[in-house]
Amino acid sequence: MTAQEVWVLVEHRQQRVADITFELLGLGREVAQALQAPLKAVLLGHQARDLASALGAADAVLYMDHPALTEVTPEAYARALKPLLQERRPRLMVIGLTNFTLGLGPYLACELQWPFVNFCKGMHVEDGSVVITCLLYGGKMEAEVELPAEPGLIGVMPGASPADKGRDERFPLVEEVLSPPGLEQQAVQFLRYIQPEAADVDITTQEVLVSVGRGIQNQENIALAEELAQALGGAVCASRPVIDQGWLPLSRQVGKSGMTVKPKLYLALGISGAPEHVEGMKNAGLIIAINTDLRAPIFNVAHYGIVADVLEVLPALIEAIRGKKGG
Amino acid sequence: MNTLVLLRMVPDLVEELEVDASSKALDRQWLRLVLNEVDDHALEEALLLKERHGGSVTVLALDAPEVDDALYAAAAKGADRVVKITHSLDGVGTWTLAQLLAQVVSAFSYDLILTGVQAVDDLDGVLAPMLAARLCLPYLGPVTAVRADPAARTATVERELAGGIKGEYRLPLPCVLGIQAAEKPLRYVTVSRVRQMMKTTHIEKMPAPKVATDSPVTVRRLYKPEVAGRAEMLEGTPQEVAQKLVAILAERGVL
Ligand SMILES: Cc1cc2nc3c(=O)[nH]c(=O)nc-3n(C[C@H](O)[C@H](O)[C@H](O)COP(=O)(O)OP(=O)(O)OC[C@H]3O[C@@H](n4cnc5c(N)ncnc54)[C@H](O)[C@@H]3O)c2cc1C
Repeated sequence: MTAQEVWVLVEHRQQRVADITFELLGLGREVAQALQAPLKAVLLGHQARDLASALGAADAVLYMDHPALTEVTPEAYARALKPLLQERRPRLMVIGLTNFTLGLGPYLACELQWPFVNFCKGMHVEDGSVVITCLLYGGKMEAEVELPAEPGLIGVMPGASPADKGRDERFPLVEEVLSPPGLEQQAVQFLRYIQPEAADVDITTQEVLVSVGRGIQNQENIALAEELAQALGGAVCASRPVIDQGWLPLSRQVGKSGMTVKPKLYLALGISGAPEHVEGMKNAGLIIAINTDLRAPIFNVAHYGIVADVLEVLPALIEAIRGKKGG
Repeated sequence: MNTLVLLRMVPDLVEELEVDASSKALDRQWLRLVLNEVDDHALEEALLLKERHGGSVTVLALDAPEVDDALYAAAAKGADRVVKITHSLDGVGTWTLAQLLAQVVSAFSYDLILTGVQAVDDLDGVLAPMLAARLCLPYLGPVTAVRADPAARTATVERELAGGIKGEYRLPLPCVLGIQAAEKPLRYVTVSRVRQMMKTTHIEKMPAPKVATDSPVTVRRLYKPEVAGRAEMLEGTPQEVAQKLVAILAERGVL
């Protein structure tokens, strides 16, 4: 028997529940309501029971305590979750698609032989079926996928639902569940965190960001972006390929693995707008994108768009700003 | 250190993508395929490991148009063996692929399996963890550095977390890693060297084993996302759009 329950995996670190969890609880609540099912938060960790108090949006919290669950690794989490899922068979288990949990969903799905749908950006219930919208091809396509009426796992992209919808002051019911035997014998060992090198510029506090992507083409052209940033009184940041090339330090990377920024103005120059980049900048006050490709997904999040060669617009823009300031 | 690297060809996102008549898949007729960029990073990391520890790099690629070029380029960079898995892979999802590859890799001896952490056309999930689960091996990703200790049979890896913070982990060998970025920018090989490889390299062919291909999920439709009319497009010469932008910035109080 499949229980009509919707489960949300809680992500937490340093004694705080991560925002993605509240996003998932908000989304999970809508689906649970449509299925007329309870919503449960699944909290794995060590001495982390207190975190349950933040999870009032759920009807109940399933809490498992074990030292092997202090850090998230796909293997330990999969081993802890597998027997629980097999025994209780919830209708849905929802996992955030962050770098912390990356790989857990597919790993578990294979072990359980349950269906898994990844890159979910939204879901709803239609005649008892769960229909999921997912983002593919770097955001250039979407797919609508149907899960069979059995237990299934879903990987949800950050930002799919506002976090506020998943916050509630209520104190939820906490049910302690036993960890499976042998959990301490996990193969993957966490050694330490590696902190980023001290940044020359903190891009998370800048009001104006000029962000360059692969469309900037080479390291020399970054000087143009620097010039523009200077004219606007801001800093230069970048998408991943620019950082991977070593053209700018890691502290300037915006996105899933990099920084989350919220400037007043974000100029995206030659950036395609892959979901992993958009995750870090979508809340900027004003987003202006310049890209040669009219169908670049960045235009879906930008307020103003220009289809043009960034190397042609940049000098003109620098000149126009200087002209305005001078005059 | 014997490393297996898995390569996949994926649609080139620079090109316009079109949905086929079934509305459930991409129209593959004009589709241009390129090597999955993160797979190229996996190859680079494997070559770096070979430079440090000796051993071999074997590249396995799924048959697809243009895949031979990717295999010759891999050989030119220093891969010892290049193998093409022949199979009509149209419409095969990652779920099935993982099952198929789990059988294929059993024909090789390896300490490590590396592949890209993600692929743009991967609907079911992510190949590397699915393969790891099938092989009952540990998995970690997105990995940006790998140190091996062949004598101790372990690998120490850096995994990217968020906000520029990384985690360091130790795994037993063999294991499967989803590579995000190699430690160094990708090495470059000249076209003439790749051409030379075409003459001297033998691409081994291996038929894919038959596996059940039904994915447990149903794709209802594939479509281009609504542009939602979000961005207001500005047109004109570079000077004209620059003026329009300045006006917008001034109006919003940014200038
Ligand atoms: C686990 C994981 C984590 C990731 N984390 C991050 C992250 O933190 N940050 C991040 O950015 N990415 C991240 N990525 C990578 C992400 O998926 C994309 O690959 C990346 O964002 C693409 O960068 P881009 O847009 O600069 O390059 P591309 O996708 O190559 O796009 C270049 C764009 O420039 C345009 N262009 C080309 N020439 C010009 C020109 N002359 N003028 C104007 N436009 C031009 C093209 O049309 C294209 O749209 C991550 C991926 C994974 C799998």
